[in-house]
Amino acid sequence: MEMPVPDPAILAKRARILERLAAVLPADALISDPAETRAYECDALTAYRCLPMAVVLPRTTEEVAAVMRECHALGVKVIPRGAGTSLAGGSLPTPDAVVIGVARMNAVIETDYANRFIRVQAGRTNLSVTGAVEAEGFFYAPDPSSQLACAIAGNIGMNSGGAHCLKYGVTTNNLLGVTLVTMTGDVVQIGGPFMDAPGLDLLGVICGSEGQLGVVTEAWLRILPKPEGARPVLMGFASNEVAGACVSDIIKGGLLPVAIEFMDRPCIEATEAFAKAGYPDCEALLIVEVEGSPAEIDEQLARIKAIAARHDPVAYREAETEDQAKRIWLGRKSAFGAMGQMGDYICLDGTIPVSSLAFVLRRIAELSDQYGLRVANVFHAGDGNMHPLIIFNANQPGDLDRAEALGADILKLCVEVGGCLTGEHGVGVEKRDLMSVQFSDTDMEAQLRVKDVFDPGWLLNPAKVFPLYVTASRRAA
Amino acid sequence: MMRPGSEAELAEMVRGAGGPFVIRGGGTRGIGVTGPGAVLETGGLSGIALYEPGALTLVVGAGTPVAEVERVLAAEGQRLPFEPPDMRGLLGRAGDSTIGGVVAANASGPRRVQAGACRDSLIGVRFVDGTGTVIRNGGRVMKNVTGIDLVKLMAGSHGTLGVITEVAFKLLPAPEVQATLCVAGLEGAGAVAAMAAALGSPFDVTGAAHVPGRGTFLRLEGFETSVRYRAKELARVLGRFGSVAEVGGDVWTQVRDVAPFHGVEGDVWRLSVTPSEAPALVAKAGAEAAVYDWGGGLVWLRMAVGVDLRARLGAFQGHVTRVRGEGPAPAFQPEPAAVAALSAGLRAKFDPRGVFNPGLMRAA
Repeated sequence: MEMPVPDPAILAKRARILERLAAVLPADALISDPAETRAYECDALTAYRCLPMAVVLPRTTEEVAAVMRECHALGVKVIPRGAGTSLAGGSLPTPDAVVIGVARMNAVIETDYANRFIRVQAGRTNLSVTGAVEAEGFFYAPDPSSQLACAIAGNIGMNSGGAHCLKYGVTTNNLLGVTLVTMTGDVVQIGGPFMDAPGLDLLGVICGSEGQLGVVTEAWLRILPKPEGARPVLMGFASNEVAGACVSDIIKGGLLPVAIEFMDRPCIEATEAFAKAGYPDCEALLIVEVEGSPAEIDEQLARIKAIAARHDPVAYREAETEDQAKRIWLGRKSAFGAMGQMGDYICLDGTIPVSSLAFVLRRIAELSDQYGLRVANVFHAGDGNMHPLIIFNANQPGDLDRAEALGADILKLCVEVGGCLTGEHGVGVEKRDLMSVQFSDTDMEAQLRVKDVFDPGWLLNPAKVFPLYVTASRRAA
Repeated sequence: MMRPGSEAELAEMVRGAGGPFVIRGGGTRGIGVTGPGAVLETGGLSGIALYEPGALTLVVGAGTPVAEVERVLAAEGQRLPFEPPDMRGLLGRAGDSTIGGVVAANASGPRRVQAGACRDSLIGVRFVDGTGTVIRNGGRVMKNVTGIDLVKLMAGSHGTLGVITEVAFKLLPAPEVQATLCVAGLEGAGAVAAMAAALGSPFDVTGAAHVPGRGTFLRLEGFETSVRYRAKELARVLGRFGSVAEVGGDVWTQVRDVAPFHGVEGDVWRLSVTPSEAPALVAKAGAEAAVYDWGGGLVWLRMAVGVDLRARLGAFQGHVTRVRGEGPAPAFQPEPAAVAALSAGLRAKFDPRGVFNPGLMRAA
């Protein structure tokens, strides 16, 4: 993967840059020894690594602002970083850049149950936001599978989703406001503890901008009352087509399950061998979870059962106890671990219209045969967010290249049927060069305008999201 | 008046004319003064481009009447989640509200507390910018983080960045039944506290409004048995605030459209605020009347003509917009300098000639 040539003028100024940063930060907030910066050479996309010039770990918005001012004055690039769990390489450094990691900024600033929001420093982990409010019966809805480790800052950067988006939406739908430090070091409040902000929806463009517009140091998040209960049901089907049709009928039936998860045969077999959840032997499997009081759950499941019956399920299991519910989720939750046992894998993240489900799965199977690589599918079917897992052997020369080529073909397929390259992981460097499959140069140019306004010098995470040819003149200027 | 019949024709018109343009959908919800200019109407860009009930997805021309969209969705037992208000009665206007106008105003009704605003349901957009270039962003799928989100930016931009030509929405199933509970006899602070208790309960409240003199209203929607169960439980939660009764549901259209202020003299301001702060601000405003929606997060205020409400309220977390009336104070809330610079920068990028609705969303 190509990255821009590091700026020799910046590399030459290294000593001065470190000196200026040291002057505005506490001693333990600046790291420049390669032995220590090594921990920041990559995120969860570990195939690509690069040591940054330095890493700063501020504790306050003011420290972030001071670093931004120095970097702006010196023309140094900045790579914002949350917890480093990006699967897309969103926080991959370059040798001429300073990483600003916000992980030490993890305090709860304010919880307000009457107005249903929490204000946190952006380095706080996703799960610990819910942890801070669950004693009062509330939760924070977006739940990416990395939620134990990932930071709110990264969630905002990538507009992260999770398994429950069909009902609760993604980060942008649960974000009320942010404190943003601009590249010039200005501290601005966008949105706040109220439901709509005046003027243009700047919060909407900041969320999901992959750290290209500013560094988010604090956030107001919407919290929701926890439902009374939830219960999953598992159903097996004779083909992907039938399972896909059942998903569509459930949605058309006026039901809004909190999650509809889909697993295909390769995925079922792999997880069964690994987790032994007792899944049925079938071509496709759905896990549907509904929420409410016991009586409400009974009613929704009765309707779902009637719909499923029209599609001749080969298995139908309703969880009657907490233990049975856990078993139903066990296989799904071990799916990624199971794939890890089978070999190395690439996890894709394209979204498709739900109506194209069966066609896309058939095409993926054909592509899988063509490339001679196994693909297992596990995904959020309710919202069409696919996660095909391509299994390969990293020790076999050429295998990674083939897996990446197959991945690109699958993502192109997602775009072809009316979907998109990424539903919740973000573009980062991973899908940067595929952007032109989804967007014309004109469409991308319109997006670059937003960055031009927030970061005219193109110093913030500049080699991400857009193909390098699209941004070349701006980065060079 | 210009009325393009297609997106290509619209782009051609924008490229060819010197402007300025006053962008108009149905002309039913204008806020503030657009300034002089040729009216550019989007009614010719109408029609359902794609509707997939099984995927909860709709793609529709911006000039399509909202009434038509709602009819098409109702036939499949679905609806727009955000309950767009009809502003004709409040603003004394005629015409058919268009879906593009709803998006440009990010117009959202009582269900905003549970289902989000218009911008939260909007998943794709096409528009023509100030240079006459057609731009596409988002798409027709509900999970999409590919690139910078211009979809949100266009929602609520009041035609200042471009002319919206097509919009895509994520939909919701329409509920089987709804029920409305009314708590009697509450004043502002008590009403907001009661609404907070309801919205903080697990009973999935889809509307929380307070109309002084009429009552404090909470709405539940869904399958019959579920709504019955939740109505009973919610009444229990609300019991400590006052006497609770189940009432008819027509109050939601009235709150949505601010019916209590129809045909009554006075300026109308829209206050967006942290709900618990609302009652004190309403008192400070010295309003002639108030209608609380969104659990108190949105308050419609009827004020004496010509009062500068911002000057009265001073600084607080939130903002006010003058929806009806004129005066030296700007209709839209002026932004802090750093934020205003970002907004002005975006406007200059998308409309470099400054030809779209030049008078709107400006500080003065």
